[in-house]
Amino acid sequence: MSGFVSIRNLRKFYGDFEVLKGIDLEIEKGEVVCVIGPSGSGKSTLIRCINRLEDFSEDSAILVDGIHVTPGRSLARVRAEVGMVFQSFNLFPHLTVRENVMLAPRRVRRTPRAAARAQADRLLARVGIAEQADKYPELLSGGQQQRVAIARALAMEPQVLLFDEPTSALDPEMVGEVLDVMRALAGTGVTMVIVTHEMGFASQVADRVIFMDGGRVLEVGPPDQVLGAPQEPRTRNFLSAVLNH
Amino acid sequence: MGIVETFLNAEVFVRTWPLLVKGLWVTLQLGASSILAGLVLGLGLSMVRLYALWPLRFLARIYIDVFRSIPVLVLLIVVYYALPFVGIRLSPFVSAMTALSLVSGAYTAEIFRAGIEAIPRGQFEASAALGLTARQTMIDVILPQAIRVVIPPLTNNSINVVKDTALASVVAMPDLLKQATQAQALAANPTPLIGAALIYLAFLWPLVALVTRMERRFGARRR
Ligand SMILES: Nc1ncnc2c1ncn2[C@@H]1O[C@H](COP(=O)(O)OP(=O)(O)OP(=O)(O)O)[C@@H](O)[C@H]1O
Ligand SMILES: [Mg+2]
Repeated sequence: MSGFVSIRNLRKFYGDFEVLKGIDLEIEKGEVVCVIGPSGSGKSTLIRCINRLEDFSEDSAILVDGIHVTPGRSLARVRAEVGMVFQSFNLFPHLTVRENVMLAPRRVRRTPRAAARAQADRLLARVGIAEQADKYPELLSGGQQQRVAIARALAMEPQVLLFDEPTSALDPEMVGEVLDVMRALAGTGVTMVIVTHEMGFASQVADRVIFMDGGRVLEVGPPDQVLGAPQEPRTRNFLSAVLNH
Repeated sequence: MGIVETFLNAEVFVRTWPLLVKGLWVTLQLGASSILAGLVLGLGLSMVRLYALWPLRFLARIYIDVFRSIPVLVLLIVVYYALPFVGIRLSPFVSAMTALSLVSGAYTAEIFRAGIEAIPRGQFEASAALGLTARQTMIDVILPQAIRVVIPPLTNNSINVVKDTALASVVAMPDLLKQATQAQALAANPTPLIGAALIYLAFLWPLVALVTRMERRFGARRR
């Protein structure tokens, strides 16, 4: 039985350096998966392969909703179904907050302007920043910008949402507001793959936690197992290093 | 005759003014059309230079380097005097416009490339992740941001193009400089030349000042 997101023998090289050493992972529809692991273990690379921001080896395969993630026409379909939220927000600085959210539906889905606008305002209200719609992103706080980025991703009505350390660039007092938005998304049926260092969040929200090290998945399981009673020494080391930090 | 009557002779100036205006008009037409053609060419070249398959990319690079190396005057003379030997006979205006925009296109391409490369990679990634095509990414995300970066150097390049239009007088184009030299010969007085110089200054000095201001402002904004 293959999952909604199916990752099979995923391998990736940077030159001679093998960043991902054959990862197999099946993610169910609506599942929330948190990916943890030390710096350089390949977490970002893994989720960036899912929408093919990174190329990967020929003998690997990733399928999203049964569609092969390969360059060409099918990639456009995958990317329309897979949203992504970056550590550094990557909002479009020359567009207002509302225009940031409207751009992809207008261009990719050819949504009429009025409908795209109404949808953008609805999404901005949902992430709690309706009043900022006419501002330019640089005027917003980091937490607000990241919530705009989430609204922008949601505007394509994705089946899968990828988050790459969405709170790592934020001041501590803004982490909560972004995690709250993400918590509200979990359980709405959207499949979420979240790279994070927020262990508390992972243990509350994740259906499964994945521990990566050195380009491999070392441990997978429900949060109370992986975070609470890790089997692998490396997982234990990592967790104690993070928790005692 | 005193210095003033020689170089700033009011009577000669009034008499030759209409000629100068006619020349100025030609200069402006040549400048504007060359700048425009150079912009279109440069934008196209920068896209090929950045994103095409490697053989095309390589050719674009060679084009850009060659046309930034060749003196405009040499190119102009080749276009006007050499091309007729292979049956291509262009009018002075078209010759001048061709030479100017071929060179301007090369510089413009480098300006656009630098502007596009100044846009952070995250902008391309966010666009790709949203499902925008490469073309939509360029038009809706990258170029609107790059424009801010490239306006000062593009204005600079436009100033150079307008200055280089004066070279067209060597292929008998009745531009501002040509009209001034003819008026000088007619009036046996250099006042029209001084007048032409002042007209060039009156048009280009404000642009030069503008570039300085823009560079200072953009420089300050980006810290
Ligand atoms: N463009 C690149 N070229 C060469 N090596 C790279 C490149 N990008 C990443 N790497 C290497 O690949 C490995 C995995 O990187 P990746 O960014 O996936 O790690 P990560 O688990 O996300 O780390 P972090 O927690 O620091 O974000 C690292 O050793 C990194 O140095
Ligand atoms: Mg990372």
